[in-house]
Amino acid sequence: MNNVQKQKRANKSLPFFFKDEFKVSFIIILISTILLISTFSFDIVPPILNRGIQPATFPKGLLVLIIILTSIVYYLSIKKPWEIKKKLPQPFFLTLLSFIFFIFISKTLDFFLAISLLSVFVSYCWGERRVFYLILVSIIFPIIVFIFFETILGLRFPPGIITNIYYQV
Amino acid sequence: MENLSLMFAPLVSSKLMIVLVFGTLFGLILGVLPGLGPTTGGALILPFTMTLDPLSAIVLLTAIYCSATYGGAITAVLINTPGTPAAAATCLDGYPLAQKGEAGRALGMATVSSTIGGIFSVIVLVFFAPLLAKLAYEFGQPEYFALAIFGLTMLASIGEGSPIKNLIAGAFGILISTIGKDFMTSIERFTYGINELSEGIGFIPVVVGLFAISEMLTQSTSLDQIFKRVALKAVKLPSILDYKKTWKTILRSSGIGSFIGVLPAEGGTVASLIGYSEAKRWSKNPEEFGKGSVEGIAGAEAANNAATGGAMVPTLALGIPGSATTAVILTGLIIHGVRPGPDLFKEQPEFLYGIFGSMLIANILFFIFGFFGAKIFARITLVPNKLLWPMIFAVSVCGTYSLSQSILDVWIMLFFGVIGFFMRRYGFSVVPVIIGLILGELVEGTLRQSLVIFEGNWLLFLTRPIVVTFFILSFIALIFPLLRKKKSNE
Repeated sequence: MNNVQKQKRANKSLPFFFKDEFKVSFIIILISTILLISTFSFDIVPPILNRGIQPATFPKGLLVLIIILTSIVYYLSIKKPWEIKKKLPQPFFLTLLSFIFFIFISKTLDFFLAISLLSVFVSYCWGERRVFYLILVSIIFPIIVFIFFETILGLRFPPGIITNIYYQV
Repeated sequence: MENLSLMFAPLVSSKLMIVLVFGTLFGLILGVLPGLGPTTGGALILPFTMTLDPLSAIVLLTAIYCSATYGGAITAVLINTPGTPAAAATCLDGYPLAQKGEAGRALGMATVSSTIGGIFSVIVLVFFAPLLAKLAYEFGQPEYFALAIFGLTMLASIGEGSPIKNLIAGAFGILISTIGKDFMTSIERFTYGINELSEGIGFIPVVVGLFAISEMLTQSTSLDQIFKRVALKAVKLPSILDYKKTWKTILRSSGIGSFIGVLPAEGGTVASLIGYSEAKRWSKNPEEFGKGSVEGIAGAEAANNAATGGAMVPTLALGIPGSATTAVILTGLIIHGVRPGPDLFKEQPEFLYGIFGSMLIANILFFIFGFFGAKIFARITLVPNKLLWPMIFAVSVCGTYSLSQSILDVWIMLFFGVIGFFMRRYGFSVVPVIIGLILGELVEGTLRQSLVIFEGNWLLFLTRPIVVTFFILSFIALIFPLLRKKKSNE
């Protein structure tokens, strides 16, 4: 019995709320409902300034449409269950984690440093062990990109511990 | 006739020729690399186009579009992985033929049929776009609303994912377009006190996130994948026997591809699948399909490249994108202050015919580069993902930041990268989000203006014949995938 067959058998015995089709539909409907509720707090335009419909009407209609269509998708999935997905591997979670660190470092320390650290981290997690290539992706290439954007597009990167040295602040 | 002579302006401008050559080479590289493609590449290069004049910028984007669509075939034939989604059907016969030791013949057929398909579609573009633009003069706000609705319902049959999931993704795209200040009343929507969101969410962070970053996450889940590359000595031009066998298929697929491309939202992926299946249906040797049939390669490749010119027709004539990549080109036009639509044909014919001419030249250029350089381009696939994707990340981050110099845009890009990954994982195509995002403002704006004209009476939409026609077409577009599914089940 291969892994997919094993997973299929395991999935059959799962309660409905653990199945992908339920989880995905539930999350979409939950978020849409929250957004729909928030549209009721949008300002209302007085009739004299109103252009056709209130600003909240169009997003409300869209969210109701998304909820209805998602319910149909879930209903259809009961008849025809979704394909079983393989479990996500460790490098995926590490890459995702690196995004969170990227946001944190680019906000608190330095934008360039964040790119550099993410590049070396991702490359290492994906299996690169050769030092030269790690330096290439984490230092040499970001420097080329940085200088290219800075000189060709006249871009000014946000201040940080490294960019400040470059800009001699 | 006078306008047609404007098509050859790129030939006499050295600057435009340099842009064309660079665009074609860059497009080929993007097409060859699985996971990248004309849409991601176009979005990444968009900030650089700011240093160019509008014509050069759009010429660059269209050259990338044409050559990347062809470039996908190189990887499809040699490593059985489509470089772009539009080359998926090419794998079916390209790789088996390459395995028989005829990789050069397979690539030769792909190159020739792509070029003929591309040139055919430019001819369609030159003659059909002005006609459509003339017709669009009759359009008022209600007609544009109905047209945009038709474009959105076409998402149901976009080819990837289930029709209903595509519609959900399209509605999600429109919803994103409503974030920020309402453009008619300045009332804030979904901003939750974040000032930077008042201006709405930019197109580029969403595109780069949904395509490049989500692809990076997808690649992280398949690091153990090993590509087996078939050896290639040289690309061979098709023999007379091959031409005799395929000329009808190439012409038919060119017609199919151009037609599919003209339909709003449909692009090369749908065109190549239909081109392939029609080639099989009309073939005298259908049993050869899937085992290395040159007709199969010709059918798929002529159709996907023919869709490029076709997709430019609604983009330029109506401002409605014909595919995800033309949505990026449309953004490029808007960024450079060019408003696509009927007036463009009247006021700036030299600009439009310059684009037509450059697309024609791009098709010839990728034939030359493909024919002589396919072997070199194929080597690009040897760059390991563990080096390639961190580099793409660095370019994505800087490119996204550069457009409005906002760090929030970078975070939005990452956010949509994660959303895009999970959408793709659970069978939701990301293309409808892009089309929805770009059509969102048009749909809402024309709906509200129409209601002002009709004094709030919705039924008056049905008094206008063009609107009714588009609504009927929308209905057909919605039920067509269901009928197709029912038929295939039978």
